[in-house]
Amino acid sequence: MKPQVRAEAETKPVGKKSPAKADKKKAQTRKPAGKKKAPPASRRRLAEAVTEHIVEIVSDSGEGAQRCGQSFGSIAARTGLGIWTVEIIPAEIQPPARSVAGASGNRVRLASRRIMNGGDEADLVVAFNEQVLLSRVRANELKPGCIILLESKWRDDPDPAIAQSYAEVTAELTAAGYRLHEIPMEEECVRFVPDTRRGKNMFALGMLCNIYSLDLALAQAQVRFAFRKKDEKIIDINLELLDAGYQWADANLDLKFAIKAARPRDPQIVVNGNTALALGVVGSGMEVCAMYPITPATSASHYLSDIFEKVGCVVHQAEDEISACAFAIGASYAGKCAVTITSGPGLSLKQEGIGLAVMAEIPLVVVDVQRGGPSTGQPTKAEQGDLLAACFGGHGDAPKIIMAAATIEDCFYSVITARKIAETFNMVVVVLTDASLATAQQPFPRPRFREDWLAPPIDQSAVPEDAKPYDWDPRTGMIERFIPGQPNGMHCLTGLAHDRASRVAYDPEVNEEGIRNRSLKLAAFQRTLKTPPVHGGDEGDLLLVGWGSTKGAIEEAVDRLRAEGKAVSSLHLKFLQPMASGIKEVLQRFDRVMTIENNWCDMPDGDLIDEYNRRYSSLAWLLRARHLIDIDCWGETRGQPIKPGRIAEIARGKLS
Amino acid sequence: MHAPRTECLLNLIDQEYAIRDYQSDIPPRWCTGCGDNAILTAIQRLCRDEQLPPEKTVFVSGIGCSSRLPHYMNAYGFHGLHGRAFPVAEGIKMRRPDLHVFVTTGDGDCCSIGAAHWIHAIRYNMDMTVLMHDNQIYGLTKMQASPTSPRGLRSNTTPRGAYLEPLNPLTVTLGVPNVSFVAQAADWIPETLFDIVSQAYRHKGFSFVRVLQRCPEFMPHRFDAFVQDPSLTRLLVHQKGLTLTPDTSRTYRNQEIHDPGDLNRAREIASLTEEVPVGILYRNSEVPCYEDLREGERPNTPGLIRTVLDEEFDKFTIWPEDQPDQPAAS
Repeated sequence: MKPQVRAEAETKPVGKKSPAKADKKKAQTRKPAGKKKAPPASRRRLAEAVTEHIVEIVSDSGEGAQRCGQSFGSIAARTGLGIWTVEIIPAEIQPPARSVAGASGNRVRLASRRIMNGGDEADLVVAFNEQVLLSRVRANELKPGCIILLESKWRDDPDPAIAQSYAEVTAELTAAGYRLHEIPMEEECVRFVPDTRRGKNMFALGMLCNIYSLDLALAQAQVRFAFRKKDEKIIDINLELLDAGYQWADANLDLKFAIKAARPRDPQIVVNGNTALALGVVGSGMEVCAMYPITPATSASHYLSDIFEKVGCVVHQAEDEISACAFAIGASYAGKCAVTITSGPGLSLKQEGIGLAVMAEIPLVVVDVQRGGPSTGQPTKAEQGDLLAACFGGHGDAPKIIMAAATIEDCFYSVITARKIAETFNMVVVVLTDASLATAQQPFPRPRFREDWLAPPIDQSAVPEDAKPYDWDPRTGMIERFIPGQPNGMHCLTGLAHDRASRVAYDPEVNEEGIRNRSLKLAAFQRTLKTPPVHGGDEGDLLLVGWGSTKGAIEEAVDRLRAEGKAVSSLHLKFLQPMASGIKEVLQRFDRVMTIENNWCDMPDGDLIDEYNRRYSSLAWLLRARHLIDIDCWGETRGQPIKPGRIAEIARGKLS
Repeated sequence: MHAPRTECLLNLIDQEYAIRDYQSDIPPRWCTGCGDNAILTAIQRLCRDEQLPPEKTVFVSGIGCSSRLPHYMNAYGFHGLHGRAFPVAEGIKMRRPDLHVFVTTGDGDCCSIGAAHWIHAIRYNMDMTVLMHDNQIYGLTKMQASPTSPRGLRSNTTPRGAYLEPLNPLTVTLGVPNVSFVAQAADWIPETLFDIVSQAYRHKGFSFVRVLQRCPEFMPHRFDAFVQDPSLTRLLVHQKGLTLTPDTSRTYRNQEIHDPGDLNRAREIASLTEEVPVGILYRNSEVPCYEDLREGERPNTPGLIRTVLDEEFDKFTIWPEDQPDQPAAS
């Protein structure tokens, strides 16, 4: 294999016509005709029409592949393509260069329709070295025959080990049928920037824009936006690099795709889940966000820190998670409902404070951008592991509301909804998102601000002389909280069991009265929920049930299965505690029901795992306990968003 | 942050508060002879003298004997979590600078489980008055050694004597950047206790008062020597600090003229081991308060929120074909 690769190297390949190409023909024949015939005579290639493509760009950390991918996604969205971007993030800030673990970048799924997830395997990958490329191959993220655009400078690296590694990997990939294009990115970029670690990404962006027939002017506008905080000189260099990449691809690559785009009828905004979340905090009218740095939640607070003061509000970085929660509780107690944003380990630490807010009936919004667990787990990776901790994590009976955002748009509106519920019921509302929503981008209709999103000003009027701070409504358990500053409202709020006057309860009846009323509020709130709609048919052979970020992938899988003629539907739950009425009836209309979750469940193996010891996925536990229906589950804890193809495969297995 | 401050002024016009207006209808449940009673008395007197409207006054506490104090006040009280009184009080003050915020905490609450919050609360320097009731023992959980327990103290968790040197809350507080007010009082000298609490209240910033507090139940003789021999108490006097009544001055002859602006001397005094210093160790009114540093320039009106959200949406918007394209670069 090696000699063959050497031969390729000697020809100094620039894109096409390397002798090695001939060997790749075999792999290419499996591709649709016309995709890549004999080298075209004319450079005026006809773009191949496709309905969707998945593109990845990966580099060492710090080489800008993420910015390239995000910009590419934004440009595509601006032309009217449906997009979904997924970040590829190493765990460390500066992982070793040229390492499999250090791959950093972005996946961009482009389609002529609106898409709701990152899709299956990639069609085209741009890689700045063969090691980061290898990480995507090893993770099975590339389609068979995937197009690879690889920086070629490593072939002639003075370090023989690097040159050898490059040669071996390219040979291996070529042999495996990938369509490898070696690109002298360094050589092309060095004309514009001395340090190509900063700049190659814009060259790659130019190439991608050319390959996918995107408008160069739009790309230029996006580059200007991406570098808006830099000086003019830097913007110019990046524009030159963008143009160079665009022209180079035009002159040297016989790759051209066109995905039909349709500009939206209404304005759309393109942001990731954490940005949407931060915008939602502003839109909710909350005034204080207390947080402690934690991946992958922090970027929401970064953006919020940037904009929150413009509306007279505060992001407080506390000394720890416990303090962030207590600070938010203090702010809520004396003012409008506050929010604390965190991730799994932070949720564990906040449980004490959450319990206090439940006991004292202080409104509070807690956002948990879930990541891999337990313990430090996988900080940059996606997992839906915190549902049960959110529902039952604290000690004692602590009823609170748990809801999950399913899309980027949902990240925005969920915070607004959560604030309203928290303040109406004087309850804790936990909003679950996760790492895959946090960093994924997708266009959604531009929200139109409404004043009723906001909380009214805090009440400072006198309360009636004989009013009690916990005068639980007998039917709903609801109270009207007294806010410091209100004359006659003085009382000592306490985390101890207390009576209606907030006096410490020593009497068993009084203790139970408090517990009953706090529980009652959950039931009262539950009566406001609507049964979620079924995606697909109202009845059938199999119902897939999900929550949170898996919605897009599950529904896409259902659509594929239904196209195959299978009677499969899905149900997606936004409110997980309490759950809406009518869910049981939906579940009963299907022969089989299983949850699809990005968390762990044992699979019965006929050996050790059986029905007596099987541990179920989180939602499956909740549904089984609530509805006494034998619900199956399937889960994955690979740190990645679940792919629609995988879900379809599992569903087919369940049907057979 | 933009709370209605004028109401406070309007209410003041025809109200005259007496001590009983600050007493809740729950009688204190501390043990007979407990130093906490003296602290409660000093605080109620302070409220009366300062005419603090009860509805504008918040007492935040953690857990422990000291932290029961808010229940005995007729004011807003927040008897929350063990060790977490500071962050709760910070959250309150951040949004409601119009409220008078007091924190009552103890040696376990502040110096052990809440130690991280204590250090950072000093740094934030938010305007609140802190009374750290230091009886050098866990009382509510029945006699375990606390971080300020003397070495060798036999307790339920240290039956052969406490192993470690105690933590000194004064030197710790004085060692944190942004420290702005540190004082020490003793429950058995009520007149100076009141004077110190008043000065702490009037200082704008994080006023930390350690009150040496007798626990008749579990540490009955801990402070006997100091109570019986006034010469072991060193009173810190200064025109900018404590000024003594003739009676007090006659009883406590061991006095030092100490300028509360002198941080280095304050640290030396805080480190005394044979004597107990009582008075204002340090005061610096120049340290900015975090709530002032973070105060927004504009109130968050619905109109402003709409404007800011629209500005942000503009950065990320894709406009439809029939609307003028507004590239994000604009």
